[in-house]
Amino acid sequence: MVSVRSIYTTPSSLTYHDLPWIIKHREDRCTLCGHCTSVCPVQAIYLTYRRQRMPKLDILKKKRGNEYRTFVGIRQKTNIENKCIGCGMCSMVCPNEAIGPEPNSNENRSLFHMHQKGDAWKRGGRRNLPGRTILDKIIFNRISMLTDPALDAGRHEFNTNTILGRILAPEEFLRRKAAGEWIPPTREIFPFIIGSMSFGALSPNMWLGLLQGVAYCNEVLSIPVVMATGEGGVPPWVLKSPFLKYIILQIASGYFGWDEIIRAIPEMQCDPAAIEIKYGQGAKPGDGGLLMWFKVSKLIARLRGVPEGVDLPSPPVHQTLYSIEESVMKMIQTMSMAFGFRVPVYPKISGSTSAKAVLNNLVRNPYASALLIDGVDGGTGAAYNVSMDATGHPIASNLRECYLDLVAQGRQNEIPLFAAGGIGKNGNVTQNGLALIMLGASGVHIGKYIMQATSGCLGNEMGRCNVCNLGLCPKGITSQNEKLFRRLDPDDVAQRVVDTFMGIRTEMKKIMAPLGRSQSLPIGMSDALGIDDAAAAERLKIKYVC
Amino acid sequence: MCRLALKTADTPFSPYEVLTAMEAMQEGYDGSGLGLLLRGIQFEDFNYKGDLPIFSGIAHNESALQRLNAYMEERGYELKYDHEFTITPGMIEAQDREKYIIRVYREPVHVDKSVEATEQRNMNIRLDLRKNGEDHGGDLTVFSFWPEVVMIKEVGWPLQVGDALGLHDGRIKARVVMAQGRQNTNYGINLYACHPFFIQGISTMTNGENTAFIPIKEWLSGKQIPGYLGYQSDSEVFTHILHYVVKKLKLPLEAYKHVITPLKTEELDAHPQGEFLKGLRAVCRRLIIDGPNAVIGTLPDETCMLTMDHKKLRPATVGGKPGVWAMASEICGVDAMIPDRDRSLDFQPMREHTVIIPPDRKEMVIWSQFDQFILPQAA
Repeated sequence: MVSVRSIYTTPSSLTYHDLPWIIKHREDRCTLCGHCTSVCPVQAIYLTYRRQRMPKLDILKKKRGNEYRTFVGIRQKTNIENKCIGCGMCSMVCPNEAIGPEPNSNENRSLFHMHQKGDAWKRGGRRNLPGRTILDKIIFNRISMLTDPALDAGRHEFNTNTILGRILAPEEFLRRKAAGEWIPPTREIFPFIIGSMSFGALSPNMWLGLLQGVAYCNEVLSIPVVMATGEGGVPPWVLKSPFLKYIILQIASGYFGWDEIIRAIPEMQCDPAAIEIKYGQGAKPGDGGLLMWFKVSKLIARLRGVPEGVDLPSPPVHQTLYSIEESVMKMIQTMSMAFGFRVPVYPKISGSTSAKAVLNNLVRNPYASALLIDGVDGGTGAAYNVSMDATGHPIASNLRECYLDLVAQGRQNEIPLFAAGGIGKNGNVTQNGLALIMLGASGVHIGKYIMQATSGCLGNEMGRCNVCNLGLCPKGITSQNEKLFRRLDPDDVAQRVVDTFMGIRTEMKKIMAPLGRSQSLPIGMSDALGIDDAAAAERLKIKYVC
Repeated sequence: MCRLALKTADTPFSPYEVLTAMEAMQEGYDGSGLGLLLRGIQFEDFNYKGDLPIFSGIAHNESALQRLNAYMEERGYELKYDHEFTITPGMIEAQDREKYIIRVYREPVHVDKSVEATEQRNMNIRLDLRKNGEDHGGDLTVFSFWPEVVMIKEVGWPLQVGDALGLHDGRIKARVVMAQGRQNTNYGINLYACHPFFIQGISTMTNGENTAFIPIKEWLSGKQIPGYLGYQSDSEVFTHILHYVVKKLKLPLEAYKHVITPLKTEELDAHPQGEFLKGLRAVCRRLIIDGPNAVIGTLPDETCMLTMDHKKLRPATVGGKPGVWAMASEICGVDAMIPDRDRSLDFQPMREHTVIIPPDRKEMVIWSQFDQFILPQAA
């Protein structure tokens, strides 16, 4: 036995009780099949031989001695790189329910050691702040009663679509029509949009599954769902396919993938749904995109036109000689021109107290076709933890302020506002989305919810999983490793996409019918909203109810 | 639910005829107020010439009346006729009714007499006086200031209000009478909340509730167009939308239907003017109503119209014969107004219809949204 003083400890030495997740392993049920250790994305557990001393005292023979028992068991690693992430894949593959992670209810001492090897803590996911959001608290309480009874959600005809694209003032529309001038392009789309997740962040199987599901929603179910790509291009076969019309292509500050897109323009069978110019992201405002080297596979390298296995950080801002306003104007105009002024082009910004200034700028730009504001609860594939947790602006009041600003100018129909960031964070996707629509959004973008609902993303806001950045996604959603992404069957994802959007459509009707609304999406119908939080009610200019 | 009745005839008739029709529709109705719009006016005691503006309103005290007089005199308007109602005291619930004002004025000679300037001036006077009343604790209520138009609004049971004001005496007659019997709704009883609503000669009245009221109101208010104010009732937006379509966008009356209840995309794809109408739907998207409503309206040239919201949960009927037509929210209202018509020719518009009675009153025009219509060069 060694003396206690000689045990080697470092400042970062932790025991399993210091970690956010503690593996509970039941030796009595374990068959030592090894599934759990091989599936664990971070190799947090290992199979090991252990020796146990069995003191033996034979009183009659006055003889002392020891016997030793050896046994095999699963143990948890305690170094930071291998700390359990709580994904629970071990329990998913265990044939005997012998293992699983449990959240540490005491403290998470590993938090103090997350900065490693000269770099700050990076992860995927979104702001780790669980609990009901403001959006969850909003209820719809202007119910049609007595003289004007509520509608029948099952039998009435509902128009649940929205418009993406610049809309002219009616007087200007008629003038241009008469003069034969350009009318800005618009798209009639479903107001729940699959938010930007890049081909690079997502695995090929995930991407294919989403696209299949979206195509089915459009072509079979007449739900005009569109999906946005993140930065980083699209496979050429998609660019040249008739499915491009369901895709919003993103251009961001790294311009990854745009060579391929521009070259494919002459061969495109149809126009894309829209072009999104990313200036900011809710999860990491003021920070560029980041695809870590683990995920830059051969395929991704080819799509993006970069060498394999290098980190791909996009700069925080678009490169410009003069002001950002000028850059915005030029980019919007250039992109519009590239697609023959037939495709809406709009910017995406992080939620910010300066959002109103951006909006007012766009109102005066005749080519800007919308504004997407991404709130602090938005998700990302990779970012610094501090950006995710502490920078940004919640979407509800940001969106509302911008909308009321447009209302004061009478231009709320001209620049549609789209909202993102935390919609469906607690599963209430339709309720959250319609609350934002009634606060003034023309539609909402959902990314994390889509991953959770369509492909079983395990991440949550209590630090579970969140390793999208490492390409280790245990479900194969955000990985470029074939061994991982082959776990995800694109057909199953497509099926879930369809189930999800059919569910959202039905829930929309179930909310709109009692409000007596069926003819148009209730954008800005703030008289229908109530909240049990007086301060929020005042800020959002809706009714306080209790 | 509110009751609506409209009668239009070549020969002027007493508004009391329409009030009796309201009685026929009394079942299931609480009668909390009456709104009347008369167009094509004939006074018994005054040879009215159609181009003089008529002021309609209520002075709630002597001082309001004096302020009105001073205001009009200051602007050089000469009082030509002041209609005195034969009032039966005690029949009106409200106490603060100093005088129901129906006055004909002659415009000063020096003002710009062009149509546009006159329309603008008349509306500005109405809005000025309305504001004047609001600034003085609401002691002056102003309904209209327009040639050929008289408006009366009062709280109470419609027929009783008519009796109290002696409307049966035949001293005022009109070629078009719009009447709305008000059902107390959640917006409270306020004379300005009472239909029909009026702006620059255009008037509509509606039953049912407009659940898209707030977004429409916010959009109209944001346009900063003079006169787009009030909104004590969710139905006032119907009048302003009609005004916006006809006066501001200068589109034909048929376009109103395409603005308030546009066709679906797949229907417009097959429509001869589909491309234009899809564009119109997008630019006027905030004006899409979400009923259930029947909208009955009249234009300055005495055109009358009836249309429904898309859901058509409030069926209204139009019937009549050449020279005289009636529209009502309940079929028994049409019966009461024109009993001697061919009932088999009555028409209840479906979701795509607008029924238009042109000023010549020879026939009713049933126009469907699926039909092409004549547009100015635009389409």
